[in-house]
Parts: sequence; structure tokens; C-alpha cells
Amino acid sequence: MRPKFELLDKPLIERILEEAFQLIDDPGVRVAPYVVDLLRAAGVTVKDGVAHIPEPLARRLLDLAPRGFCLYDRSGKPAVRYGGDDVHFDPGSSCLNILDSQTQQPRPAMSADLVRMVQVAEMLPQFAAQSTAMVCNDVPQDIGDWYRLLLVLWYSEKPVVSGAFSAASLHTLVELLAIEAGGHEALRRQPRAVLDVCPSPPLNWSEFGSQNLVDLARAGVPAEIVSMPLAGATAPVTLAGSVVQHAAECISGIAIHQLAQPGAPIVWGGAPAIFDMRTGKTPMGAIETVMLDLGCTQVGKHLGLPTHAYLVAGDGRVIDAQVEMESGMSAVLGALAGINMISGAGMLDFLACHSIEKLVIDAEAIASAQRLIEGVVPRTATLAVDMFAQTGLRGDFLTLQETRSLFRKEQHFPSSVIDRGLAGTDGTPDILTRARLRVDELLSAYQRHALPPECEKEIIAFAQREGEKAGLEGLPEILKPEPTHEAGLMR
Amino acid sequence: MRQSILDGASDTATTLAQQAVAAGVSPLDAINNGYVPGMQEVGEQFAKGQMFLPDMMASAEAMRAAMTVLDPELKKLGKERPMSGVVVLGTTKGDIHEIGKTLVGTLLTASGFRVHDLGVDVAGEKFAAKARELNADIVGVSALLTTTMRNQRGVIEALDKAGLRSQVKVMVGGAPVSRRWAEEIGADGYAKDAMSAVDLAREFMQQKTPNAVTGRT
Repeated sequence: MRPKFELLDKPLIERILEEAFQLIDDPGVRVAPYVVDLLRAAGVTVKDGVAHIPEPLARRLLDLAPRGFCLYDRSGKPAVRYGGDDVHFDPGSSCLNILDSQTQQPRPAMSADLVRMVQVAEMLPQFAAQSTAMVCNDVPQDIGDWYRLLLVLWYSEKPVVSGAFSAASLHTLVELLAIEAGGHEALRRQPRAVLDVCPSPPLNWSEFGSQNLVDLARAGVPAEIVSMPLAGATAPVTLAGSVVQHAAECISGIAIHQLAQPGAPIVWGGAPAIFDMRTGKTPMGAIETVMLDLGCTQVGKHLGLPTHAYLVAGDGRVIDAQVEMESGMSAVLGALAGINMISGAGMLDFLACHSIEKLVIDAEAIASAQRLIEGVVPRTATLAVDMFAQTGLRGDFLTLQETRSLFRKEQHFPSSVIDRGLAGTDGTPDILTRARLRVDELLSAYQRHALPPECEKEIIAFAQREGEKAGLEGLPEILKPEPTHEAGLMR
Repeated sequence: MRQSILDGASDTATTLAQQAVAAGVSPLDAINNGYVPGMQEVGEQFAKGQMFLPDMMASAEAMRAAMTVLDPELKKLGKERPMSGVVVLGTTKGDIHEIGKTLVGTLLTASGFRVHDLGVDVAGEKFAAKARELNADIVGVSALLTTTMRNQRGVIEALDKAGLRSQVKVMVGGAPVSRRWAEEIGADGYAKDAMSAVDLAREFMQQKTPNAVTGRT
């Protein structure tokens, strides 16, 4: 039996959906001009920028959304399956700061930091997917979104969770993915990335969000709705009320998406949080935030849709017991809830900071969560009697064939990050030191697998062309800038 | 009066203001010795974690209710409430999140600042134009997202370009914003929450004109 945790009972889920359908009709959902014609053509009343989506239409469109889909790795193998109770993890995304490995102080993230994080995540089997984890401060702001995707595609073979920062730049991200996939048709057939699309709470599909939904649907690139109700600030203070708002934002987003391209893959996802009434902060490690994530995804699962949530992040500013307590707890709960993609590992300080050391510690919590959901499996004909028949009351189970053949399945062996008295770990009593050593070990073992030469050439040419438009010199972490004539003279 | 602010009781604050006017109490006296101490205590309690945001919003609303009664009385006497400073507020370009900025605006208003709220998704040039128009003392720029936080720098550049930077103090805030970030982009200050934004604004005014907080009319 696969262990499972459900927060909401069926009658409550039905009440949540009933109110969510009510909300998308009245007061309705604010939408951008980009989707007004699309909605009107389907019979939706749009007045003063507000769409009133009737429940029967919304239900029909929800039924069109696929119940599952795969993301593929670079070699074309299905590597992440959205749908059902499959659980995958990826690092948190879009962070501006990184906790410096040496000083453990936050500083602006650079492209070299993103590359290090991608390389570490590539080596950790706990992460089925990469994320475009950081915004690189050494790259012009206008191209920050596609440049981080470029680095991930360059250094990783895993599927990617990413997203555009504007309506206009989505096209560049899709183009990059298409070059890597071998064309737009290949990308549609075997997408490697899912792209996040965020409504603005409450119930607002802005120009950016609306356009991304439609363009992704038409490009055949999976979209992941990241609805972010802040309970008590931009959403009702009650957890149930915020789950209703999340559902209404997801349903209206899926409606727009499915109108643009019926059957296009989309994920019921989010990053909800409570609004701390003492500080105005949005604690990702608060148990109520975790409850929101679990409640929101349970509603999506009830509808049979693929799900996503933001967990495994802590709120403390350094790697300490608080941060890891929060991250570990939510990793376990997210896995038990059967959420298809759980983003957030590595992040701390209310998602304001990333840490590669935290990522390797979180990987241990994730591994434990993954072991937990494998459950207790009866692996032998009798559970214990046959083994006792061999040992009697001597108790020397260590010598049994069953022990030798089954212990690897029964026990998860954590890395040296976890102190279990393994040689080499007892001399380094603090987890931060062990995490640093682990990061070094993973980075030394990492080897980049090049893309096919023609593809690399095409990607570089495309990136150089797009980068030059924004004044980028060279391609940080890929190609050094060409030395200028003056620089040459100086040498 | 002080208690009506602490309780966030708008009706009581209004009634007491009306009673004060009817009894011939000076409106300035009612403001400075009745309601303002209430707001000060709210700030202190919030800073200690003893008061919560919804309660603080109710206190600010009670203050506004009292001022709705007292402002016209001040005008009749040819006076104005001592004004702490002029603030132009907004959420940075690309960001449509209101809550933090609105909270700051409410508390600044309750604390005697004249606040002009530009709303959300505001370009740097717009901040600069409004600051020039109102001869603002302070520009406050909010951002909720890591991706839009970088546009706070654009507001400072726009103020610089408009030749206003030396006259206007810039404060930044928002969930992803830090003191370090504020320093990096050349802002004058960072406020971690709404109450500290009020303290920071007061500090700015003290720096600009040492008597301003208590006396500009």
C-alpha cells in the first residue's frame, strides 16, 4: 500500500469547487485584451475586462485538459510523468540571491552560480527535473529569463521547469527549446520543459499571464499554472477560502488555455502562502502554507489533473535547524500527498535566497520522503516465519540470504551529508561542513555531455544574436566575449 | 480618543471627534493629544509583535475617520494639520501587487504624511514626474517579485535623470527586498515592514529639515 495523506474530505472538496465555479462567473475573472475574442467566441461574457465564465463551459474545458503527460530528457526518454500519484522534485526557481558557499552570506546570484547549482542537481537522483533556479545578475535584465534556460539546457540533460518573465520573451524561450529538440514539431511531441504561468491574485489573468497561457498552448509546450493566493492579503484569510480562490484561478486559466488549443498539456499548480499578520511576510515554511499547498493540489487531483506545488523551502536566513525542519517536513507531506512536481528545494529566506549547500541537504530529506512513499512492501512469501525457520531463536539474521538480497530495497542509505557515524563524517560534526564537502564531491564528479555539434552551433548562434540585442557580450559560462581591438592592443 | 485608535473603532473615533468639535475643543489639540498618541502606541505595539496587521489597518482607518471630521474644522479656522512630508508611492514596473504599498500608504497617511499613491506597474519616469509635480520629499517603491525588484533601480535612475535625486529621498521595500539590495541600487533606505517605513520616512524628514516632522503646516 502506498502511504497517502489527504487533508480535505470529499464534501469539502465539492464545496470548494462549487464556490470556485461560482467565483469565475460572478464576480468573474479579470482578463487581458489578448484573450477577450477567444473567450467571447466561446460564449463567455466579457465586460470591462472581466470575463464571466459559466460553470458548464468551464467544466467542458476542464474535461479537455489531459490527465497526464511526460517531460522528456535530452535523449528523448520520458523522465517526468505528470499525472496520477507520481511524485517528482525540482529545485526552487527564479532566485536573485545566493548564499555564498564560503561566507554563507547572501549575495547577488551570477551565471556561474546557476551553472554550479545545475551541475549539483544533475548529479542528484532526487531531482527528476532541473529548474531555472536563479536570475543571473551578470546578464542584462531583459534577457534574464531565456539566458538561465540556455544555461540549464547547456549543462543538464534532465527535464526543466522554467518560465518567461514577460509576454514578449516567451517566444525566445520556446525558440531555444525548439532548437534543442530539433524543431517545433519535435518539441511538441517530446517536450523537455514545462513553463510556469502566474495569475495575479485575486482572479486576474494579466496581459503577461493571459498571453503566456495562449502562446504555450499553441506551441504545444506544457504550461504550469502557479497560482499564489496570499491568505489574508490577496486572498481570503481562511485556508479553505484561499483554496477556493486557487481553484478559481486554475480553472479560469485552464479554460483560457484549452480554448486556445484543446488537449494542450497543463498543470494545476501553485505557490500559495499565508500572509503573516505580524510581519507581512509570506512564510513558505509555515505549516499553514504547507496545508494550502496540500489542499490546493488535492482539489486538482480530485479533478484528475496533473499537479504542482511549492514546498521544501524554509524561511530562516541561514542553513540552520529551523530551515531544515521546515523543508524536511514539507518534503514528506508533499510526497505523501502525491504531488507530481514539488518545487522549492534549496531555497530559504522566504524564497529570497538560494543555497547549493541547502540543496544537497534537502536532497536527503527528499530521499527520505521518497523512501517513505515506497511504503512497507511484503517482499517474502511469509513476512517473518520463514526467516525464523532458518535462524530459530539464534537471531543471526545478518547471515540470511534474504537479508543480503533485500536490505538494499528496504533501507535507504543517505549520503555523507547525514551523520550516521560513517567514516569520514564523524570528523565533521556540523551539517554545513558536510554539505560543502558533498557539493565539492558532486561538482568534481560532474561531466557535461555536449549536445550534437550542429545543435550547439545553432544554439550559440541564436543566443549570440538575441544576446547582442540586449547588449550582452559573449555568452557568460558558455563563450567568453571576443576581445576588443583596444583590449588586444593593451595586451 | 487614544483608545478608539488602539481599538480600531472608527465609529467611536468619529463620535469622539464630533463631540470634541461640539464642545469647542481645538481640532489640533484633539489630533495631537488625542488621536496621534494612539497611532504612536499602535506603532510601538506592532514593532514589539503585540499587534497584528489587520488590527493596525483598523487603527489607521479609525484615524482616517477622525480626520474626516477634524480636517474641515481645521480649514474653517484657516489651519491645516501639521504635515509630516509629501510621499509618492507605487509598485514598480511589471509588478501588480498592491498590498504592501497600500499598507505603507495607509500608515503614512495616518502618521500625517500627504501620500500620493501611483498604484501598480509604475514606470520610473512616472515616479519622477509625480515627484516633480508635488515637490515630493520621499518616493517609496514597492516590489513583491524578485523579477520586478530589479526595476526599483530604474526609479532611482529616472529621478536622477530628471535632476530630482538630491531633493528626493528614496525608500524601497517588498518581500524580496533587503537592506543590501537598497544599498546596491543607491536607495536612501530600506523598510522591512509598513511601520518601519513610517519610521524611515520620519527619519528622512528629520534629515531634510530637522523641524519638519513636528511643524510643516
